[in-house]
Amino acid sequence: MDSAELKKVALNDIHVALGGKMVPFAGYNMPVRYSSDLDEHHTVRNAVGVFDVSHMGEFMVEGPGALPLIQSVTSNDASKLVDGQAQYSCLPNDKGGIVDDLLVYKMADEKYLLVVNASNIDKDWNWISSHNSFGAKMTNISDATSLFAVQGPKAVEVLQKLTSVDLSAIGYYHFTVGEMGGIKDVIISATGYTGAGGFELYVKNEDAKKLWDKVFEAGKDAGIKPIGLGARDTLRLEMGFCLYGNDIDDTTSPIEAGLGWITKFTKEFTNSAAIRAEKEAGISKKLVGFELVDRGIPRAHYELFNASEEKIGEVTSGSQSPTLGIGIGMGYVNKAYSQPDTEIFVGVRGKFLKAKVVKVPFLKK
Amino acid sequence: MNIPENLLYTKDHEWVKVDGDIATVGVTDFAQSELGDIVYVEIEKEGEEVAIAEVFGTVEAVKTVSDLFMPLSGEVTEVNAALEAQPELVNSDPYGEGWMIKVKVSNISEKEELLSAAAYKELIGQ
Repeated sequence: MDSAELKKVALNDIHVALGGKMVPFAGYNMPVRYSSDLDEHHTVRNAVGVFDVSHMGEFMVEGPGALPLIQSVTSNDASKLVDGQAQYSCLPNDKGGIVDDLLVYKMADEKYLLVVNASNIDKDWNWISSHNSFGAKMTNISDATSLFAVQGPKAVEVLQKLTSVDLSAIGYYHFTVGEMGGIKDVIISATGYTGAGGFELYVKNEDAKKLWDKVFEAGKDAGIKPIGLGARDTLRLEMGFCLYGNDIDDTTSPIEAGLGWITKFTKEFTNSAAIRAEKEAGISKKLVGFELVDRGIPRAHYELFNASEEKIGEVTSGSQSPTLGIGIGMGYVNKAYSQPDTEIFVGVRGKFLKAKVVKVPFLKK
Repeated sequence: MNIPENLLYTKDHEWVKVDGDIATVGVTDFAQSELGDIVYVEIEKEGEEVAIAEVFGTVEAVKTVSDLFMPLSGEVTEVNAALEAQPELVNSDPYGEGWMIKVKVSNISEKEELLSAAAYKELIGQ
């Protein structure tokens, strides 16, 4: 894609001025890093950092048909949500794979917000629309909405300076709509993709700069920094969170991907009968986390082997863990090799590097 | 961007300092800045004769992995052992403490193929 065709987030010029290295990502011009991937990673783990993830997509779904539509296209049970609660879910396709993973927010009765991956905005919109036989009113507010993830152990104390809402009272995967930094109707959501704690703030584009500036002013003493997509990837990988396009895609089964916990057979949804049958019959491969025992760094698409050098799977995500200082990765392996502590080998440039399967998250509390 | 005048360069972003028949090799300031934080430098060809443009090792950053190419044919006689524990030296001092290998050059006339500082600057658009 030509850079001319790339979309820009509302604060694009701020990221450039902050020294962000801008790269094409999911059709957007996005900051991959401002200073150093490692420094940005540690800033989020130890203090507080801010990601501009305004490339993410947001759809409002409203009306009497909203919940029936969401129940029919998502794998998790949205009927369990109370007002002010969010849930992780996925959109199964009808061929056994996954259209996208997403967050479902219950704003009120008959009013939901779906948050989807930037790379899948059009695909998801078309998919959900094509299943909307329930007459739900759908609005794509992606291009009007900015999203800042303020993440890290100091996120609460920093953001608390900007709002009268008691942030410590917002439980994980809960949210409130309130005033933040003098801006009304900010969605203040105790979610994130880092495992470091903190909030995601949804704000209208016209208020985005004001909120960004307020957050950085409030976070000055805490050492707040802007964080790029590079650190976002290592932070999520340390938690074993799936990345759509790497670990899950149109061909991967939710059960094989370890997403059984968001696949609820309390209701019918796209392909639910087949997924249930798959779960009951047992799967042949499974997405696992592994740590390198030998020195080396696994990368997506490297092959995985057993001790007899037979191929048993493939890496879907990998990096050196900035926190642990060792190579970590995720990948699909034949079920026989999916138990924790199983010895496996990663093919790296013609060598077989020893690794062991571990439970995720890689980072233990 | 620091591109020292006294060094020679490859289009693959290695720098070379030739001293008699010994060449010291590393990656440029531009390369380290594009790669980001370097977390592992693996020199696979220590003690071996390696031809020009062949791979002598790999540099791993947090986000990417990149091959290292021989700027001149010769024997890899020495590897910077400091990079084992401190690969970040490639980021902080690419032309100094972040050097990677020393090569006993087998055909010094290959030097003519390398880029001057001015030509390298043009290549990277500086």
